[in-house]
Amino acid sequence: MTKELMKGNDAFAEAAVRAGVEGFFGYPITPASEFLEYMAKRMPELGRAFLQAESEIGAIHMVYGAACAGVRSLTATSGPGLSLMSEALSYIAGTEVPAVVVNVMRGGPGLGNIAPSQSDYNQMVKGGGHGDYFPIVLAPATVQEAIDYITLAFDLADKYRALVFIAVDGNLGQMMEPAELPPMRGLPEKPPEWSVYGAEGRDPNILTSIYIDPPDEEVTNIRLLKRWMEIEKNEILYKEYELDDAEIAIISFGVAGRICSSALRTAREEGVKVGMIRPITLAPFPTEAIRELSKRVRRILVVEMNTGQMLNDVKQAVGGNVPIEFYGRIGGITPLPDEILEEIHRVNQNTEDIADGQEKVQWLERLEARIERGDQ
Amino acid sequence: MIEMEVVYSRPESFTPTTTHYCPGCTHGTAHRLVAEVLDEMGIREKTIGVAPVGCSVFAYDYFNHDFVEAAHGRAPAMATGIKRVRPNNTVYTYQGDGDLASIGMAEIVHAAIRGENITVIFINNAIYGMTGGQMAPTTLPGMRTTSSPNGRDVEVMGYPVRMSEMLSTIDGTSYSVRRSLHNPANIRKSKKAIRRAFEVQERGMGFAMVELLSSCPTNLKFTPSEALNFIEEQMVPYYPLGDYKVAPEVKALKV
Repeated sequence: MTKELMKGNDAFAEAAVRAGVEGFFGYPITPASEFLEYMAKRMPELGRAFLQAESEIGAIHMVYGAACAGVRSLTATSGPGLSLMSEALSYIAGTEVPAVVVNVMRGGPGLGNIAPSQSDYNQMVKGGGHGDYFPIVLAPATVQEAIDYITLAFDLADKYRALVFIAVDGNLGQMMEPAELPPMRGLPEKPPEWSVYGAEGRDPNILTSIYIDPPDEEVTNIRLLKRWMEIEKNEILYKEYELDDAEIAIISFGVAGRICSSALRTAREEGVKVGMIRPITLAPFPTEAIRELSKRVRRILVVEMNTGQMLNDVKQAVGGNVPIEFYGRIGGITPLPDEILEEIHRVNQNTEDIADGQEKVQWLERLEARIERGDQ
Repeated sequence: MIEMEVVYSRPESFTPTTTHYCPGCTHGTAHRLVAEVLDEMGIREKTIGVAPVGCSVFAYDYFNHDFVEAAHGRAPAMATGIKRVRPNNTVYTYQGDGDLASIGMAEIVHAAIRGENITVIFINNAIYGMTGGQMAPTTLPGMRTTSSPNGRDVEVMGYPVRMSEMLSTIDGTSYSVRRSLHNPANIRKSKKAIRRAFEVQERGMGFAMVELLSSCPTNLKFTPSEALNFIEEQMVPYYPLGDYKVAPEVKALKV
């Protein structure tokens, strides 16, 4: 296989096709619409199901139905659409059927805007819907990673009969970059035994998320939690950058992490001993790796394109071992490498303790001063 | 030796269990009609039911075929997802009036608009049963419920909706009829309509819905026989029985 120059959303859609998706149900929303448009052409060519639903509610309940029927199914959306889907996401988790949701994130809350953002971190990582459940969340930083993680997402969804999100920052959906697609996978010959496909010669299969007797629901909650613990044990993914001799460390994910990696290279050239952990699985979160790291660096800088949603998970991992600083751009603004470089130098020179919560106060002062100066 | 003929038995499409439905409730009748039709058509083993949220939330316990349980109102979307990836299976939804005509209005209307090749059994008893007798979208004007304690004031609470008529205006609808379960003659007519609605799907003719006027003695505070009288005397005048849309190719079907 060779690399091709592909638009993010198109490449993700083709990756899903090659991973064996047999049902795509979606609703147009910027910046995810090209995913739907690509599937509108591609799925019928292969004799697979494509449908533009009446709403995101309709779309995700169709995904839910197709998932119960035992085929690989997915939808692609953005924040406002994901909010509407929350109901079905909880049902999918409660029914224990596999499904994949690609969220091409945009600025919020409300209608917000259509510029890139990471502000749906909590919505996905913490579940979004009602009840006790635990979705897997994968955060790619390049078009290639998104392609790879879509394949992985289906495998994880099937392995654990779980809900898997791909948290794509808006830029990735819209940008073009060279990437390589995986080969086309064959489709399964038989539906999974647990799915609904007609009870010929067997007892009926019933797929439901209702456990009306509390002891039954309790057992279900325990099963879901234990499965999640298994996922935490086996599936945590993150990428390390220059950590061997690092004195300060960045924690950042997705496109923000990618920008940090270029700032990090420059900082290294300038003699700063900085490293980075970029979580790939936002859930399960690489808590242990970050805890270990916090024992050998003197300071941590968390960078996100939101107001510090992952920051809380980092704090929990670090447990007060070292001071944590925060830098974020919000509202659909992507930080520039120079901006992060400036932060790296500042953090490297800072020796003061930071009381819990003050990292955000100080960040806001710096950010508002930057906005005041008219800097990008 | 006396020759004996079996004239009544439990359909194979039914599970050997008792239901949780109240005495005098017609859900059991509606369930049985569906089960008989599946048996007679020989399609039990390929049928997938989609249960609603409401009194029939546990419908899957009573049918001997594959079943899924939808979120409130979303059964037509879930059925769509199943049917689109498993077109050779028979897929039907079983929904009450709160489920289908209130919270699930968008899903049912758009399933009809798409001419989705599914069968819909719509139970209209003019009230929310499971949650304890609140006003339904089909509650009659003036009817007292726990959320319209002084009677449904249409100026404030809006008017009851006639779903069979409404869906009949949609090009994608192939079959939209209203029947009633208040007496044996009407039960027989209901079964015929259910049979036709499944035949429509088996022949790939598109969206079919049978609305069944039903009783809820518990929440309407009637005896079982009063509840049946209420259907005949109060509901039928507001919700006339009849065929609202029968596409020409459906009309030509010999059932």
